This record gives sequence, structure tokens and C-alpha cells, in this order.
Amino acid sequence: MAVAGPAATDLEVVRGKRAALFFAAVAIVLGLPLWWKTTETYRASLPYSQISGLNALQLRLMVPVTVVFTRESVPLDDQEKLPFTVVHEREIPLKYKMKIKCRFQKAYRRALDHEEEALSSGSVQEAEAMLDEPQEQAEGSLTVYMISEHSSLLPQDMMSYIGPKRTAVVRGIMHREAFNIIGRRIVQVAQAMSLTEDVLAAALADHLPEDKWSAEKRRPLKSSLGYEITFSLLNPDPKSHDVHWDIEGAVRRYVQPFLNALSAAGNFSVDSQILYYAMLGVNPRFDSASSSYYLDMHNLPHVINPVESRLGSSAASLYPVLNFLLYVPELAHSPLYIQDKDGAPVATNAFHSPRWGGIMVYNVDSKTYNASVLPVRVEVDMVRVMEVFLAQLRLLFGIAQPQVPPKCLLSGPKSEGLMTWELDRLLWARSVENLATATTTLTSLAQLLGKISNIVIKDDVASEVYRAVAAVQKSAEELASGHLASAFVASQEAVTSSERAFFDPSLLHLLYFPDDQKFAIYIPLFLPMAVPILLSLVKIFLETHKSWKKPEKTD
Amino acid sequence: MAAAMPLALLVLLLLGPRGWCLAEPPRDSLREELVITPLPSGDVAATFQFRTRWDSELQREGDTDHYFLRYAVLPREVVCTENLTPWKKLLPCSSKAGLSVLLKADRLFHTSYHSQAVHIRPVCRNARCTSISWELRQTLSVVFDAFITGQGKKDWSLFRMFSRTLTEPCPLASESRVYVDITTYNQDNETLEVNPPPTTTYQDIILGTRKTYAIYDLLDTAMINKSRNLNIQLKWKRPPENEAPPVPFLHAQRYVSGYGLQKGELSTLLYNTHPYRAFPVLLLDTVPWYLRLYVHTLTITSKGKENKPSYIHYQPAQDRLQPHLLEMLIQLPANSVTKVSIQFERALLKWTEYTPDPNHGFYVSPSVLSALVPSVVAAKPVDWEESPLFNSLFPVSDGSNYFVRLYTEPLLVNLPTPDFSMPYNVICLTCTVVAVCYGSFYNLLTRTFHIEEPRTGGLAKRLANLIRRARGVPPL
Repeated sequence: MAVAGPAATDLEVVRGKRAALFFAAVAIVLGLPLWWKTTETYRASLPYSQISGLNALQLRLMVPVTVVFTRESVPLDDQEKLPFTVVHEREIPLKYKMKIKCRFQKAYRRALDHEEEALSSGSVQEAEAMLDEPQEQAEGSLTVYMISEHSSLLPQDMMSYIGPKRTAVVRGIMHREAFNIIGRRIVQVAQAMSLTEDVLAAALADHLPEDKWSAEKRRPLKSSLGYEITFSLLNPDPKSHDVHWDIEGAVRRYVQPFLNALSAAGNFSVDSQILYYAMLGVNPRFDSASSSYYLDMHNLPHVINPVESRLGSSAASLYPVLNFLLYVPELAHSPLYIQDKDGAPVATNAFHSPRWGGIMVYNVDSKTYNASVLPVRVEVDMVRVMEVFLAQLRLLFGIAQPQVPPKCLLSGPKSEGLMTWELDRLLWARSVENLATATTTLTSLAQLLGKISNIVIKDDVASEVYRAVAAVQKSAEELASGHLASAFVASQEAVTSSERAFFDPSLLHLLYFPDDQKFAIYIPLFLPMAVPILLSLVKIFLETHKSWKKPEKTD
Repeated sequence: MAAAMPLALLVLLLLGPRGWCLAEPPRDSLREELVITPLPSGDVAATFQFRTRWDSELQREGDTDHYFLRYAVLPREVVCTENLTPWKKLLPCSSKAGLSVLLKADRLFHTSYHSQAVHIRPVCRNARCTSISWELRQTLSVVFDAFITGQGKKDWSLFRMFSRTLTEPCPLASESRVYVDITTYNQDNETLEVNPPPTTTYQDIILGTRKTYAIYDLLDTAMINKSRNLNIQLKWKRPPENEAPPVPFLHAQRYVSGYGLQKGELSTLLYNTHPYRAFPVLLLDTVPWYLRLYVHTLTITSKGKENKPSYIHYQPAQDRLQPHLLEMLIQLPANSVTKVSIQFERALLKWTEYTPDPNHGFYVSPSVLSALVPSVVAAKPVDWEESPLFNSLFPVSDGSNYFVRLYTEPLLVNLPTPDFSMPYNVICLTCTVVAVCYGSFYNLLTRTFHIEEPRTGGLAKRLANLIRRARGVPPL
């Protein structure tokens, strides 16, 4: 073979350099994107900006109030101005990131003939019965009837009256500034019937910073799609007591109507059980003065735990469980009373535990022991028991006693034990709570997904997130336009969708793929490929650098 | 799952009618009993039964829809003392009074045999079955090895077995009794002694043989009030000879055979030891889908001849959805062994479907045998509500037969198990191969080659010349 000339060698060297550069180009232009694309985790796009926008959401809760003026309620020249609309808006001061504004939209109008007639009747109840018939009012709305200052519809010393449904009656005034004075009175009544700070603060208790009030505000159950209610009869001493209770009848008569009225707020299921030899965790103290036993208030928290292991109700349900226990103390410890802080026995002989349920101690009448031998047959007086349990049920659902403005007459409760406007108030609170929960869930989900980049986001998770965001926005809009029922439904959907997205198991799939294992797999390929490319690039770079410097030196 | 229907029907037919011919039982009645059977080997079998019955029209709309009938088996569960806790919670008296005082977990789980069950079923309240009650029956059977723990003596007492004694009856129980098997006592008065002496005895035919029981009724006030506790003891005056226990008329055995990891065979041996009577057996088998059964290889032979089943129901498996279900009615000839065998192929699972310890093997659920076994001694059908509970464990249908349901042992089958580091190895190997190819390519394309004429020949050339010279060929 002939020795290659220097020109041919140069040509070879240039070709080699070009080949090396080409390799590097292919690896960078083709290889890297290909590797990136094939090892990429699928992440559907999420509405991050909208989710962060939800935090700055302004909630405007609108309460439509219809104010109906009868003939003598305001001066004549004022009556001429009817009908017109006044808006009363007020920010609710809560330490929460969402701004909540409460807005009473008062539509003033004159009374129709049949309303005039009804309001001129003898008593409020009669008037109400006559007014009820024509039309159903929408959820969340209120109607206030203005009657004349000297009307005999209300007792003389009462200024206003709150009915069991969505109506109220307020006395008018003959004054130059009639509308101003009346406006204030109406807002007072409307606030008592719909939105107050307390209600919203209780609803947002979990989201608000800790303060001294929040413990008490955390009493109601958290909002949920459904609730399970369990009534348990605890008989620790079946040798002495043969206890019977007609729980089926009692539930049908007292609990079911209440739950039917509440059915807008969720699904309810009720069950009952009898547990024998179920003891309280605390030994009651003996009080020799009254020859009875008592449980101290500071002992009550220890009562629940030993009993709870036997209840077993939470095992079968996805929903939060409310327990109501009727405890018939054993013969050796009866009668048993619960003492409050001051040492006085509690009138109902019952207590409740926030978000858990209630316990009532049912003492057997001591007279029954004299007559017969053991075991004594005990028939539980279900009216007495259910009175207590229903009151506790109201508290645990967050239906507190209303704060009535001064000189206001409150109607007696309806047969269901729940006034319609109380339900509305619950729905307002639950809607706001749901919105807050959904927003928190979405925000933390977005944060989590932003922080951990190898979580797979599937399309169905993304669509749940989109649905939740849309539902939050829809609910906020409906609240602002005063449609409480649809707002509540939308807020529930928001919570369901957001939780479903948050707890989707597919988010966990690749989470435990550690980085060192990835390296162990890539290095056998990447190291032998990258080293020659890098070396030749360095070499080319150095040579060109040298050849640039050479001409300078010759100069 | 409709195939489970005939079985369920059989249960209803066998167990149901007894309950129909009686007056309405009291509401929420609880009956509890403990049967203690000393075995000839020195072991003591103790069987607890608790039966709660309550009247409730619980979700009963029309007949049972057999479409919703499901059959499920968990072939194996690691047993620990905590298994008793939820079971005890179902007892009305928990473990505070009555027979349940004896349920002390650390003793019950140190026994040679342990079997625990919960049965729930509807029971007709009248002959036309217009209303039903629900029955919750909890049974617990244990076998204590009294011979070893008692230093070679076969005597036992409640306290030695359970480390507790009975103190008070459960106030909710309408019946609370302890039965002690003293069958040998009657034949010869001098063999054993029970203390305290029983007030009454009970004779019946259990599993085809005549038995005598001493009864201790806890609700009888005289029984406990004397000493505030009841510790039943049994002393052997003349220890029984170590005779082999009588062989039951029906028993079964199951095993996997074959070699390698591709194919195998499931075999079930059904023994009928009755000297002269044949009887049918219903065999229910559920096999997981990853054992692919070949139904054409199903062979049933007894006494060397082929035995054709009178009824076969087979539901093939669907991968990852549904197991195989095989149900057969087989006639077992008298004094014979019947072998039911079927071949299968082992499937490959997806690598995430393997259990954390795949080389341990996979459990295959036991097959279930239901049969009406003829008894030697004719028994008259007893009044359901009056007779002790253990009697209804193997209910007598028409005097000459009793119903038995047997479960064979669960099987452990090895499946072809991959090396789970394989994906990593494959990736590493391919990467290395690619890297090597790439390296030589890269060198070939980027290096420049100079050809240098060698001045003197190398070692190879000299060697070649040596060979050439030897061959007589001119050197290079």
C-alpha cells in the first residue's frame, strides 16, 4: 500500500471531526428529545391559575327579602313611592382568605288584597295560615310583612314576630324617616332568620385560625353527603334490669320527621342496637347527702372511650356516625346523676361530645325495685329520651338557638322540630363550608402536583378538578344571585369532585420510583455514549482554539 | 355464581323444615352450650355453641333472588388471638357472664386444633314460612392435649383447660348448659368419675353412634349457688386403652401432583368406609383462574372403574374476574375410595399480581363435600327446638341419614415465578450491548487510520515463515 499523502490525512481528520460533530448533533437533536418524550410522565393540564383564583374568591351571599307594606304601616306619601328595591350590603369580618359579603336585597311592595285581608285577622297564627296557601317561597328568600303600628295582630309590647316558615311580621311606623327606621328593623329580623357572623364562623371553624371561640364552634359535624345515626341502649347490668325500649316507634315518630325536614342537607340512615355489659370507663362517686351517685364534669371525657370499642357502628359506614347512647346504670350505681361545674345535677342528665354524639343516663325509678324480684322490667319513656336526643341532634348539626332581636316574638317550633328558615340557615352555612373545603382541597392538590413532578395526572383526575372548579364558581354565582338550593347542590358537587380528584389512587403510581434506581438504569447507556462525544467535542474545541491562536503568534 | 344455588337449596331443605314444625320461639332468645368430649387418646375436645335468634323482617322482600347469591373462600388466614375479639363482641353477654367467661384467648389458641365459625341464616317461624326469624350461630371448637399437659394423666377439669371456672349464668340466656360425653361410663361403671355428679343425663345418636352425656344446667340455681363456681372435673379410674378412634364413614383428602412448573394435577380422594351402603356426595370446587383446568381430563374412578357423576356443573374461569367453579354429584360405592382428578396448566401472572412472597406458593381453596351419610344406629328425627344445639350441627334428615359438610385441606401450589430483578437486568444488558456497538461505530467513523508498512515482520510473520519453511513453501 502506498503511504497516504498529508493532504489525504487532513481530509480524513476533517471527516472525522465532522462525524463527531454529527454524532453530537444527532444525540442532542434527536436522542435527548426522544428520551425525554418516552420517559415523561403523563400530566394532563390543570387550571392552576383558576385554582389560585379561587382563594381570592369573593363570596357574596344574597338574601332576597320581600317587604310587603299593608295600608296603615307607613305614611301615605311614603306609600306612593312603592314599589322599589333597596340593597343593604355588609362585609362579614372573619379572619379568612375569602372575603364574604352579606347582601340583603329588599324588594318593597304594597300588600295585595288577600294579604291585607289575612293580616287584618285576629292572631298571627291565623294570618300565617291564610298567607301560606298561595305560593311556595324559594329556599333562602324571606318575606317580611309590615303591619300598622297599632295593629292587634301582635301583642302590644312586641315589635316583630318570626314565623316558623320564611315569613316575619314587623310593626311599621308613622314617621318622616319611616323607611330608614323600618329598614333597620327589617335587617335585624332578616339577620336573625338568615345569616349571622356566628353561623358563618361556625361553618368555617376548621379553616379559621385558632382562637378561644373556635373550640365551641367546632361542635357541629362537618359537612358531608350523608350521616349515619346510631341509637344504642347500654345495659351494663342485665341481671337486675330487663330494659325494653320502643326505638322503632320513637324513631318513626320523633326522629324521622326531623330528618325528613333536614333531607335537603344530606342522606340519613338510622340504626339501633342494645349492648349488654357495656360499662362506662369511670367509677361514679357516691354522694351520701342524697344517697346517689354522680359523675363529675371533668370525668365525662373518659366515659366514652371504653364504650366506643363496642359500638362498632363506624365500621359499616363511609359517612360520619353520630352515636346516641342511653345508659341505664347498674343497680349498684343508681341513681346516677351528671354534675355540672358548680356541682349541681344537670337537669337532662345528659351530655354531648362534639362531632361524636350524645349520652343520656336513664335512672330506673327506685319504686320498681320494692315490688318485684330481679330482674326488674324497665320500659323506657321514649318521649323523655327523644326530647334530649333531638336537642342534641340539633346542636350537633349546628342548628343553634336563634339570637332574637329585642321585643321580638318567636313562634313555637313546627311539629318536625325544625323551622324552615333554620334549615335555610343551615344550607347557607353548609354551602359556605363546602366551598371553603373544596377550595382548600383543590389548592393543596395543585400545590402537591406542582411540587412533585413525577406524579401522573390522568385525564379523569384532571376532569374531576375542572368539574370541581366549575362547581365552586357556579355555586358562588348562585349564592350571589340568591338561589340557595342550587348553590348548595353545586357546592356539594364541588366537594365530591375535589375529594375524588385528591384521593385518586392513580396519583400514587409512580411516586415511589426513587432517583437512584433511575440512575442505575440509565448509566450503562448514557456513560459509554456521552464520554466519547464529550471527549471529541473537547478535542475539537481545543484544536480550533489552538488554530485561532496560531495565526496571532505568527504575526 | 348461580351454581351455588343447588347447594344453598340443599341446605335450606335439610335445615329448614325442622324449624317449621314448632311454635313461635321467644324473641331474641339466646342459647349457649359447651360440649366436652374426652377422646381415647387423652385429648379433650370442647365445642362452644351460641345461638341468638331474633324476630326481624330484615330486608325481606319476596323470595331470595339466587342471582345475588355469592360464594367466596379465603383459603388461608394467619390466626392470632385477635381473631377472637370481634367474634366475642357478637355475643350478648360479651365475655362477662355465662359460658363465654371461659373464652380466654391465650388458652384457646394454644390448643392442638382450633375452629371458629359464625353462621347466619333465616329460619321460618311457621310451617308456611310467612314470617322468618334470623339465627346467628357462633361455634368454637378446640382440642386440648390433656395427656401432655397433664403429665401423662388423662384427667381434666375446666380450670386446667381454660384457667377459669364458671361463676354465673348469662342472664340473657334461655338455656345455658354444659354437656360432658360419658359414653364409656355407662358401659362399665368403674372407668371414670365426673365431679360434681351430674343431675341428669342425655342420650342421643350423634353421627350414627349412641352417646351419653352428663348435663350441667347453669340456670339451675343449685348448680352454682353452693360454691359460687362450677369446675367440672373428670377422673379416669381405669384409663382407657389407646384404641384407634373410630373412622368416620365419610372423609376426604386432597393433593396436588405432577412435576415441573407447567402442568399439574388436582386430586381429591373421597373415602366411604361404610361397610354396605353407598351414598351420594356433592362436591363443590372453586379453583383460581391462574390454574387453567382441562375439563376433558376430569376422571372419577372408584374401585378401579370409572364412576360417572349424575350431575356436573362447570363454570369456566375468566382471567382476573372469576374462578373456575366445578360442582358434581358423585355416588360413592360402599367401602371404597373414589379419586377425582383433573389436570391443569399454570398461568403466568402479571408481575404486579404476585404476592410479596411468591416463592411460598399460592393457596387453592378447599373443596366442599356435602353428603347425607347413613348411620348405623337408626335415630328418630328430634324436635329441633328442644334438643341440644350440637345435635343440629349434623342434622338428621329421616332417621337413617345425617347431614355432613366437610372441607378438605387447602392446597399450596407453586406458580412459575419470574426473577423480579429481570426488567432491570434486561435494561442494563441492552444498554451495554447498545453502548458497545455504538462505541465501535463511533471509533470507526471518527478516527483516522494511517497505514504503516511494518519494517520487520512481527511474531506472527516469523511463525508463518517457520511453518512455510517446514511445508517447503517460499517464505513471505
